[in-house]
Amino acid sequence: MRIVFILINVFLWVLVAGLGLTAAVRSKALFREGAAEGIRDFIMLLPRIIIGVVGSGYLAAVVPQDLITTWIGPGSGILGIAIATLAGAITPGGAVVGFAVGAAALKGGGGAPQVIAYSTAWSLYSLTRLINWEVAMMPPRVVWLRAAVSLPLPFIAGLGAMLLGKP
Amino acid sequence: MPERRRVSSFEWSTAVIGLASLTAGIIVYLRDGSERALSILTNDLGIFVSMLPKMMAGCLVSAFVTRLLPREVVARLVGTESGFLGLLIATLMGAVLPGGPITIYPLAGAFLVLGADAGTAIAFITAWNLLGYNRALIWEMPFFGVDFVLWRVLVAVPLPFLAGALARLVTRFVASRNGADPCA
Repeated sequence: MRIVFILINVFLWVLVAGLGLTAAVRSKALFREGAAEGIRDFIMLLPRIIIGVVGSGYLAAVVPQDLITTWIGPGSGILGIAIATLAGAITPGGAVVGFAVGAAALKGGGGAPQVIAYSTAWSLYSLTRLINWEVAMMPPRVVWLRAAVSLPLPFIAGLGAMLLGKP
Repeated sequence: MPERRRVSSFEWSTAVIGLASLTAGIIVYLRDGSERALSILTNDLGIFVSMLPKMMAGCLVSAFVTRLLPREVVARLVGTESGFLGLLIATLMGAVLPGGPITIYPLAGAFLVLGADAGTAIAFITAWNLLGYNRALIWEMPFFGVDFVLWRVLVAVPLPFLAGALARLVTRFVASRNGADPCA
């Protein structure tokens, strides 16, 4: 586990070095702009992430475990996947909100297929993102079409995880 | 369009989660005592610190890729392909391109303008949502662990194709009933 995390870090920083070098070769200004923007974004994201990470720990500690186990626990089956899908769709967007809630549910006794359905539904729908960005920037017909064809996806993901018996 | 403000440090959903977390923290403190409250805090701060280098790398990758891979190039690449290959390229691009909604949705819109069908744009957005490596490595893994995320991504691999193909079926069905242009 530790080694994998280190490898991910190495991979990402090699990628940064490669991209930074490519940018620097093209022009110094391009490199400077990219680096400045990347660092600025990083700093701006910090408060969100710290709230999400620390929050999920406390939320998991106060959420009643038996409630989670009954509704979306490993034994909750397809109904649990449906409940998790619905919960994911109505969870608001933002960088880490859905991950924080999903992790809290997993720590608090949720089943893996159910949590996968939850995080898939959240990724596909998170209503605030749908309304703030997608409706504003895409033709409405495409937005609703995407919302409609996405309906079965969290179920397929959850059932797939269930059939595989993983994670 | 707020093109320049790519990331803002405040948003309502974060504020709501912050408030809920604070309440939860106070409940833990009152119910279980300061020792438990503190141990959760130090544990989660440890996770946070371990995320920092990945987060920073991710932000830099995103900033550089946006500059090195102009959206016009991507749009031409995806927008002019059709058929199964179109879905494949759209899915690949969605999984590879970093950036937030402000870069992804206008790009998907550009595909449509360049002549791609709704299915292609939908496969792209779905891939970005479910397979994006940036999001999985930087945000999701610290919360869920490596194993969970790998399996989550694995079961999600077919989903962008499926969404795109379904969208094409629906558009064709609606068009055949209305006798309208199926590409709109």
